[in-house]
Amino acid sequence: MDNDPTSFCNVHPKGNHLLAMSSFNRRRFLIYTSTVAGTSLLIKACGNQPQDSTSSPSPASGGEKIKVGILHSLSGTMAISEKSVVDAEQMAIDEINTAGGVLGKQIEPIVEDGASDWPTFAEKAKKLIDQDKVATVFGCWTSASRKAVLPVFEDKKHMLWYPVQYEGQECSKYIFYTGAAPNQQIEPSVDWLLEKKGKDFFLVGSDYVFPRTANTIIKAQLAAKGGKVVGEDYLPLGNTEVTPIITKIKAALPNGGIIYNSLNGDSNVAFFKQLQGAGLKPDKYPSMSVSIAEEEVKAIGVEFLKGHFAAWNYFQTVDTPASKKFVESFKAKYGADRVVNDPMECAYNMVYLWKQSVEKAGTFEDLEKVRMAAYGQTFDAPQGMITMNANHHLSKFVRIGEVGEDGLFKIVFSTDKAIDPIPWNQYVAETKGFACDWSDPAKGGKYKI
Amino acid sequence: MEPLLQLFDGTFNGISTGAVLLLAALGLTIVFGLMGVINMAHGELMMLGAYSTFVVQNGFKLLGNPWKEFYVLPALVVAFVVTALFGLLLERSVIRFLYGRPLETLLATWGVSLILQQFVRSVNWVMIAGLGVFSLLFFGGMAVLKRSMPRFPRGAITVLFSLSATIGVLTGVLLGKQFRLAVTKPWFGAQNVDVTAPEWLRGGLALSNLVQLPYTRLFIIALTSLCLVCIFWFLQRSVWGLRIRAVTQNRSMSACLGIPTDRVDALTFALGSGLAGIAGCAVSFLGSVGPNTGQNYIVDTFMVVVVGGVGKLVGSIVAALGIGTISYLLGSGTLANLMQPIPGLFEFFTIFANTSMAKVMLFVLIVAFLQYRPAGLFPQKGRTVEN
Repeated sequence: MDNDPTSFCNVHPKGNHLLAMSSFNRRRFLIYTSTVAGTSLLIKACGNQPQDSTSSPSPASGGEKIKVGILHSLSGTMAISEKSVVDAEQMAIDEINTAGGVLGKQIEPIVEDGASDWPTFAEKAKKLIDQDKVATVFGCWTSASRKAVLPVFEDKKHMLWYPVQYEGQECSKYIFYTGAAPNQQIEPSVDWLLEKKGKDFFLVGSDYVFPRTANTIIKAQLAAKGGKVVGEDYLPLGNTEVTPIITKIKAALPNGGIIYNSLNGDSNVAFFKQLQGAGLKPDKYPSMSVSIAEEEVKAIGVEFLKGHFAAWNYFQTVDTPASKKFVESFKAKYGADRVVNDPMECAYNMVYLWKQSVEKAGTFEDLEKVRMAAYGQTFDAPQGMITMNANHHLSKFVRIGEVGEDGLFKIVFSTDKAIDPIPWNQYVAETKGFACDWSDPAKGGKYKI
Repeated sequence: MEPLLQLFDGTFNGISTGAVLLLAALGLTIVFGLMGVINMAHGELMMLGAYSTFVVQNGFKLLGNPWKEFYVLPALVVAFVVTALFGLLLERSVIRFLYGRPLETLLATWGVSLILQQFVRSVNWVMIAGLGVFSLLFFGGMAVLKRSMPRFPRGAITVLFSLSATIGVLTGVLLGKQFRLAVTKPWFGAQNVDVTAPEWLRGGLALSNLVQLPYTRLFIIALTSLCLVCIFWFLQRSVWGLRIRAVTQNRSMSACLGIPTDRVDALTFALGSGLAGIAGCAVSFLGSVGPNTGQNYIVDTFMVVVVGGVGKLVGSIVAALGIGTISYLLGSGTLANLMQPIPGLFEFFTIFANTSMAKVMLFVLIVAFLQYRPAGLFPQKGRTVEN
């Protein structure tokens, strides 16, 4: 607890000064300002508490510690999703520490709050690198926050591990992307829908970079494979009035069809609740979502989602020994009612991938060596055996799940081998024919094949 | 689809969009309109209402099958009471010191809204225990001090504050160390929580193959009408309503005539807050319930109040229905389809036929409208308006 309650004394002079000018009752003013300030202090103090206790390291075995940064939103609108990713990262770190640490040293996580505010992300990234001198940073969720910290990491030649599925079209030397590239989530799911569910697609998304890029890719893919986009609409982030979109879907698909959904956050809840109210059922209007995982199903309500589909690399129901262990340890640590999802799995994996790279490089300080050592690292992840490629993305398994009665996904499709990542999209004209390879200095982030 | 049915569907959707807006804005109309308090925490009061609904729903789930279908009515009552009490606390502890200073009120209530958002994210037993101990010691100590020493030294407050804060924090820390996850686990967490409408509110009234009126929408329209009737009755027919109207029209004269303006203020604010709670309960059946639920509605509610004319219930009704219908007609592309025969207009409205662009168009219309009538649809008239 770094807040010293006695620091409240400095409310005093300021209060007096203000009061000298007004006829306000001085005593009352003091009472209320200090109450308000005190309440917020208490909230802050107590709110931070669980994190303090979870990060308490087990007995150190190797003297000094390796500091790593964890940079996610713990407050603001993105806290909804990012908090549980932090939990997964903490769990991986604790597991590694219990098993003896990295290079014989314990890992000490330094958690910073990006507060769902992109400039704050950049500031905190600078702070972690310059002030705390961390060995690497695990962090970010939204593409906007990643784009905000990108210049910082490029400038400092540092290292960021990013755990979320994203729109691709990026390949930085200083970021490892452990979520799915579009060809590992969106494209296979569209193929599956074309084969099983029909040709007519209505695209719904939140109004920001990921859904718009994703829908550009889907449109190009459908055009190439004989599908048809009958309509497309975007909701501002956080908008919960979806009646106009539902009217449009009914008009465009009077006899049923596929809804491809890349909505994010609160809009999803409104969308599925009102979709059911309007009588659009999954048997006639199946939807494929790319931002709904186990946690979101819990928050939206199974009643509204049953029978709809989602595409990810990992579901809690994946039946591998690593997956079972992951689910069990997570529930033991954070409570039996918690669920795990794809971004949490990616977050968990990337801590281990970093550990393996450091061990192979034999150093955690020489980031250049760690980076080179990362290429070709494999890890027996909950989703299956994953491999880090020279383009900083992972080879991963692709799965499609159907929401079942219990709020978990019934896996209806799964690739039998890991799919290699393609960061520069081959359906989009501007990036067609480009690739990325950081193991070869002559090639770099974007070269013509 | 036959045109008549389509017209009916469009009208219904427009009205239902407007009803949600109106219900959310009702409390604000009262607080902002009658008291002149810009309450930025209005959205968070709605959020409190939504969370109360969540708690009541889970309570009824424990009771078993026949009961859990009927949690909606108790939830409405609980949401109203909880938020009204919280509003009362807010008015007594913060807002009453800021009357007549709109900018300070705006900042203070915005601060309250941030505190509330973070509060529902991280509230757990440790925090409640810490806060409880702190309040008990600090306010108890203050009461004792005031009674025993009429003019106690100012330093005493600081000492008392630091002492009770330290003991409060220590209690929390010790509890956390002792019982760990059982007490440090957040009640709600940063995740959205799931409020599910009971069976009888799900689905809808099917009129034809494509037209279905969702029950939740019908419910909200009914609830909004009921609230309107109640507020109208309260303001126009009851003793306290008369006092509220008197204070709104002329505060100092009312005070001279013996109306307890202080209590009228507190009551009005509590009423406005309670209505926000009801709105929160209702929108939880349509949208998400999470720490930032309130943020999704706050701009729209202010829009309704400003367009309607500050302080006029009728204004808010017309404004909400108008804004709802226009945004629906624009966003769903209905207007664009109607313009099909006219080439230029069709292209023009097609640009605005999605939710984001419809909002842009709506704001342009509102800005233009406010240029023409700065005080809104139904401006306040009379001698008190000038000052």
